[in-house]
Amino acid sequence: MSERKPVFAVKDLHVWVGEKEVVKGVSLEVFPGEVHAIMGPNGSGKTTLVQAIMGHPAYTVEGKIFLGGEDITALEPDEKARKGMFLAFQYPVAVPGVTVASFLRAAVAARRGQEVPVKEFRQELLARMEQLEMDPAFAGRYLNDGFSGGEKKRLEILQLLMLQPTFAMLDETDSGLDIDALKVVAPGINAAATPERGLLLVTHYQRLLNYVQPHVVHVFMQGKLVASGGPELALQLEEKGYDWLEASLGGGA
Amino acid sequence: MSSTPQLDINRDYAERYGFADPVEYFAKAPKGINHEVVEMISRLKGEPEWMRQLRHRALDIFFAKPMPSWGNQELLGQINFDEITYYARATEKAETSWDDVPENIKRTFDRLGIPEAERKFLAGVSAQYESEVVYHSVKKELEEQGVIFLDMDSGLREHPELVRQYFGTVIPPTDNKFAALNSAVWSGGSFIYVPPGVHVAIPLQAYFRINAERMGQFERTLIIADEGSRVHYIEGCTAPVYSSNSLHSAVVELVAKKGAYIRYTTIQNWSHNVYNLVTKRAMAFEDAVVEWVDGNLGSKLTMKFPCVVLRGERAHGEILSIAFAGPGQHQDAGAKVIHLAPNTTSKITSKSISKDGGRASYRGLVKIRKGAHGCKTSVQCDALLIGQGARTDTYPTMEIAEDDVRVEHEARVSKLGDEQLFYLRSRGLTEEQARLFIVNGFIEPFVKELPMEYAVELNRLIALEMEGSVG
Repeated sequence: MSERKPVFAVKDLHVWVGEKEVVKGVSLEVFPGEVHAIMGPNGSGKTTLVQAIMGHPAYTVEGKIFLGGEDITALEPDEKARKGMFLAFQYPVAVPGVTVASFLRAAVAARRGQEVPVKEFRQELLARMEQLEMDPAFAGRYLNDGFSGGEKKRLEILQLLMLQPTFAMLDETDSGLDIDALKVVAPGINAAATPERGLLLVTHYQRLLNYVQPHVVHVFMQGKLVASGGPELALQLEEKGYDWLEASLGGGA
Repeated sequence: MSSTPQLDINRDYAERYGFADPVEYFAKAPKGINHEVVEMISRLKGEPEWMRQLRHRALDIFFAKPMPSWGNQELLGQINFDEITYYARATEKAETSWDDVPENIKRTFDRLGIPEAERKFLAGVSAQYESEVVYHSVKKELEEQGVIFLDMDSGLREHPELVRQYFGTVIPPTDNKFAALNSAVWSGGSFIYVPPGVHVAIPLQAYFRINAERMGQFERTLIIADEGSRVHYIEGCTAPVYSSNSLHSAVVELVAKKGAYIRYTTIQNWSHNVYNLVTKRAMAFEDAVVEWVDGNLGSKLTMKFPCVVLRGERAHGEILSIAFAGPGQHQDAGAKVIHLAPNTTSKITSKSISKDGGRASYRGLVKIRKGAHGCKTSVQCDALLIGQGARTDTYPTMEIAEDDVRVEHEARVSKLGDEQLFYLRSRGLTEEQARLFIVNGFIEPFVKELPMEYAVELNRLIALEMEGSVG
């Protein structure tokens, strides 16, 4: 097993938002076929962590980020995406006037490095949409414009399935989803959890993890991963909250 | 301009000024505006007496009227009326040589893939655009329906009574200084008459009309849609139009009679040396619908506020506009709707993009007269700012004198957002691609109203405008 190479890794990652250090030294390895979950209280900086990894220009990053063994720390977000990194946003951004289909076609072409013939693309898109129980009319709507919370999250998973990244981060994908929507989206995530791919779920609640089994659960607090364990750690957090861990950190917040 | 030159317009000009050959004269025409120039224009065209007199009266009004005290005073102040050539016969001789056409315009023609003949026409090098084949089939169909579609000069020649009945009734020379100037020196433009009940199936485009003076500085267009008729007219084109003339001042009058429908689509893309000061107004009678679809990309300064006067009950007016202001440009555009009759409705949608020091203004007026009950109006202005030093202003005016009305107004300014960019880039789109998606999305409500070939070309053009905006 030691010969396996991680599909994704960060080494001693620090992230600043202006003068404020939000991520204070995170190291993590995700191997092919693994699903990791990062859990943490609201406002702990989970979103900052994944957006910084994706390359959001507002953050200053120190440390190293690897994708398939390659150091991609300094790359632009679009370069990272083309190499196979994906981030499902907690709050997907609306781009009025741009249809889901035209955007996705451009994104798929960027990821695959070549245009996909319209007909072929259309077939693939419709098949994926059916998988997520989405109305075909969805393809003609403007990107996240006037979408409900659930529709936005579904669209993020649709993009995940279309773009076929090697490593995907899913930021609070379960928030804003009612239970019926979650039951549709979760199989989508599970379908994305192939033996070659690594997934990193970021979540506040344990709920999503009832549907998507993580191999490893990390607890992110005060800018660090303070605990790691199996799926039982998530259940523990659900039961006891985060306070008991906070106490163990000494100092506290 | 304090003293108005006096001129006895009844005297024969040849005798008076000693010119035997007016064409010869115009080849050497001095710059500047006076009654002599107006007289010569009218004579050269062999116009009826009433038009000749109208021109002279209009010139006096032009002299008497002050410049607008609003708008971009700095740019307006730079117009020197004495340095402008007010009339040149494009048929006689091309005004420009291909060598004079700026490189950036040639490059844009190249990249838009515009055919050779058309390029020269757009650049003012060639007087005619060879579209005779298309035109002939269109012409036959129109003739069978009784539709008149001519250049304004021919319209006046062939249908003097019809022209006289409507000319200057929607926009009289007294309306504003530039409408007065246009009335005095107008040349070219379109004249359209659609008989009662006739639906013109295809959009009428100025391209179809073989007219040497289409690209004139002082175009005059008059469209009359008789009762229950329908017509869509398309003015201009998306490709940049080069002009060595710095002042362009058109007047467009629309008359939509009872139950008629007129849509007037414009894509303005003058070269960036041009002042484009245009008056456009429509009169909408009972149950008539008038739509202005107005895009402004080019020029140095555009001042244009298409207007619909809702005169008859249940008439509807709509103005959909976009403006794109790059560095050094000011697009001062907007809309006016005057509700005179009860139960009339209007909708104004204005979208502007200001980029890298460009400036776009929305200037709008909605007026509802006392007694015009049951009116509805909605105004929506969206501005998008890109890059450093871009500016947008909104000057909305509402004059509502009636209580029983519904008025909605919404204005939004957004900056081409980092969050939108990051989102699109996180899916693999380059920064340039992402910007283009956002801008194209922003103008989509406008583009989807255009005929296909215009929409495609406009998108390509925006792509060219957006190039080099990264980094």
